[in-house]
Amino acid sequence: MNRFAWLLDRLAYEPRRNAKLALIADYLRSTPDPDRGLALAAMTGGLAFPNAKAGLVRALIAERTDPVLFALSYDYVGDLSETVALMWPARRGANDVPHLPDVVEGLRSVGKTELPRLVASWLDALDETGRWALLKLITGSLRIGVSARLAKTAAASLGGIPADEVEQVWHGLEPPYATLFAWLEGRAPRPEATDPAPFRPVMLSHPIEDGDFEKMNPAEFQAEWKWDGIRVQAVTGTRPDGERVTRLFSRTGEDIAAAFPDVVEALTQDGTLDGELLVRREAAVQSFNSLQQRLNRKSVTSKMLLEHPAHIRAYDLLVDGEDDLRELPLSARRTRLEAFVARLASPVVDLSPPIAFSDWESLAAARADPAAAGAGADAEAVEGCMIKRLDSPYLPGRPKGHWWKWKREARLVDCVLMYAQRGHGKRSSFYSDFTFGVWRVGEGGADELVPVGKAYFGFTDEELVELDRYVRKHTLNRFGPVREVTHTRDSGLVFEVAFEGLQRSTRHKSGVAMRFPRISRIRWDKPPLEADRIEALEALLPPNG
Amino acid sequence: MTLARRNALGTMRPSDLLIPTPAGLWCPPADVYIDPVRPVARALITHGHSDHARAGHGAVLATRETLAIMALRCGEGFTAQRQEAVPGETVRIGPVDFTFVPAGHVLGSAQIVVESGGLRIVASGDYKRERDPTCAGFEPVPCDIFITEATFGLPVFRHPPAHAEVGKLLDSVRLFPERTHIVGAYSLGKAQRVMALIREAGYDRPLHLHGAMEKLTEFYLSEGAKLGEVRKVVAAERKTLGGEIVICPPSAIQDLWARKFPDPVTSFASGWMRIRARARQKGVELPLIVSDHADWDDLQATIRETGAGEIWVTHGEADALVHWCTSVGLRAKPLHLVGYGDEGEADAVAEGADAVAV
Repeated sequence: MNRFAWLLDRLAYEPRRNAKLALIADYLRSTPDPDRGLALAAMTGGLAFPNAKAGLVRALIAERTDPVLFALSYDYVGDLSETVALMWPARRGANDVPHLPDVVEGLRSVGKTELPRLVASWLDALDETGRWALLKLITGSLRIGVSARLAKTAAASLGGIPADEVEQVWHGLEPPYATLFAWLEGRAPRPEATDPAPFRPVMLSHPIEDGDFEKMNPAEFQAEWKWDGIRVQAVTGTRPDGERVTRLFSRTGEDIAAAFPDVVEALTQDGTLDGELLVRREAAVQSFNSLQQRLNRKSVTSKMLLEHPAHIRAYDLLVDGEDDLRELPLSARRTRLEAFVARLASPVVDLSPPIAFSDWESLAAARADPAAAGAGADAEAVEGCMIKRLDSPYLPGRPKGHWWKWKREARLVDCVLMYAQRGHGKRSSFYSDFTFGVWRVGEGGADELVPVGKAYFGFTDEELVELDRYVRKHTLNRFGPVREVTHTRDSGLVFEVAFEGLQRSTRHKSGVAMRFPRISRIRWDKPPLEADRIEALEALLPPNG
Repeated sequence: MTLARRNALGTMRPSDLLIPTPAGLWCPPADVYIDPVRPVARALITHGHSDHARAGHGAVLATRETLAIMALRCGEGFTAQRQEAVPGETVRIGPVDFTFVPAGHVLGSAQIVVESGGLRIVASGDYKRERDPTCAGFEPVPCDIFITEATFGLPVFRHPPAHAEVGKLLDSVRLFPERTHIVGAYSLGKAQRVMALIREAGYDRPLHLHGAMEKLTEFYLSEGAKLGEVRKVVAAERKTLGGEIVICPPSAIQDLWARKFPDPVTSFASGWMRIRARARQKGVELPLIVSDHADWDDLQATIRETGAGEIWVTHGEADALVHWCTSVGLRAKPLHLVGYGDEGEADAVAEGADAVAV
């Protein structure tokens, strides 16, 4: 466990990608099975401990510390594992430091009633770094700046092969990956990729920049709408015994099929679709808000299926039956995709239509007014255009020179900072979550500010330091972790807030909810009185949204 | 303890002797302010960090070292009139006795004992309890009311021994003999303490210093600090400093200035390095938990040692420390003083003004 903790600790402080790769590769090379495979599983999200949850950790620390001091500390540190690791009353030498395989086996197999005592005995035996690593393992998100992809890249380097080759066999493997390491070290043949419905790394785009268009010939490109949903890879395959397997992967490879039976049942053909998951009702794509009701759930109710029916708008086909199409040009994959979607013949899977354009000016016009350019009733769910080379193969990651995204211009509104809260993760301990408002006529007839949204990014690290200092110096009131900041007509701070869309909302006092708000500029110069009024936002609401 | 009795019999109420104001802690009977954040007629200064020691007061009473540090940082004209406070000797102003007592924070740092009408309040400024070879150690003073900072006033802050943290630095220097180790440290106090600890650990190569720290380090040397051979970094020679230790202000560790050394290892000596996110926010690869403030355990131990029945908390994580005081039967309140923590460790913000020069 100490060596694993040492690795996580070093990774957490190492900013450079190549140095991270070297650290992981060194660890994997010099650590025996099964420890190294379990560490790889931890870094790729491959370990699940049904009985070990954050709640167990909270209960253990609650028995040992003052609840107020714990709450204040957690608010400050912004990370449960780290807070508990630092606050845990030390009992060094109380037990033997546990080994990683014993920890993993214990977390997997020990029952709910016995587990707290076991975890506590490990925490007693470990030092601060060891406790932190153990708690990271239990709570399931390491947050050490290592993606699954990076860990697999490091593993692949043991065999001197590209990460994609590891990806191809990955879904047929189980921790502690002894067959994988044996292959990488040249001691055994390549493991069989037995998974009939594996995840394939997704192809991503670059934001387009001003100079790019000059170098691009419109005739060599296809354009589609960029939909405001979530990217999914829908995979159907057949096991040797004839059983059909369907998985719905998020773009990071997480299977979310269980929450979307309505689209899973429509995927009756073997193949791998790339598309956008949306909610579509009464022949129109609904707002992201509607889709959000369906996300992050393990299961789904029939009411939800009825109110927020899911839909896949397909834009690419990676595998058709047994044929891997990824090396074909986009134009050829598109032909296969059209035939594939036609075979599915389902109302919940359709094609993302191409946008007709002859030059970049006409595409700009379509992007400015999607409703008039073919998106029709779905225009509210368009967040821009995708521009793809017709001859582009399907490549994992974010290859240069193939796909671009051209987002709609954000909407801007000037708001006044009202409340600030400390951030988590990277921004931990800084006041970095900002609630801001616009003016409206209050009940007494006088103007008042009403909160319209919350944003925690859009500013630089230097600006964050200034904002943090501003909040500390202009605090009016404290409500637990939240500080109320001065906001009168003459005194306060104005943010230019950018956002993608606006919906009516009954949850917010202002009656509106912003999509994807962020601070686009800090207007240190502008008096709060000159910030926008709620009427300016109401004018941006969709007619019946 | 006779103090409680004296307090009970005394005629002075605490708020008659010291009250928080926007300018700082004010003592009405003597009409003086302790560490005022705005220009005042008469100021008593606990130590030379810029958030406590500001220029522009009519008269300043402080230790000899603090007066010298203020003159170095703000110019000789930092105040119209200066008076030296000798540690342990009492200065009477009006009906109030003031005594400066070492606080163990940085060179010249002092607590200020404020006493009148049988009531004794200790304004401790910033302080630490861990040994520091570059300044006099903290001396607890029995009192009725103890005014404390709470920069690290949360139970997640338990500083490991500073010599072990410096040991981590020297281990890394041995492990990467071709890379420059760049150590960010506040230029008053922390930098010199780190250098002194490096020397105590037996490291005898020259230490290389960012230009912004030169004046204060020379002052420490002239006061007898054992820092060994210290060399100023010459911009053109940065490429040749592989394997060496360079000390610079925190803001410089992410500057272009720092990138010109051979494959630098970025280190930072601060109590904040206990929190991983803080280290990552600054791009620190080798965090050294070395602080010039008391940690959670030392804050509690100090409060108990003073025997005070009432605790006022000036700045930092006041809520948690006040909660702890209350839970052990002490009266306690936060003063919410604004303006402290702009230099040194009381804030993660680097000392920008000091870091301009190369």
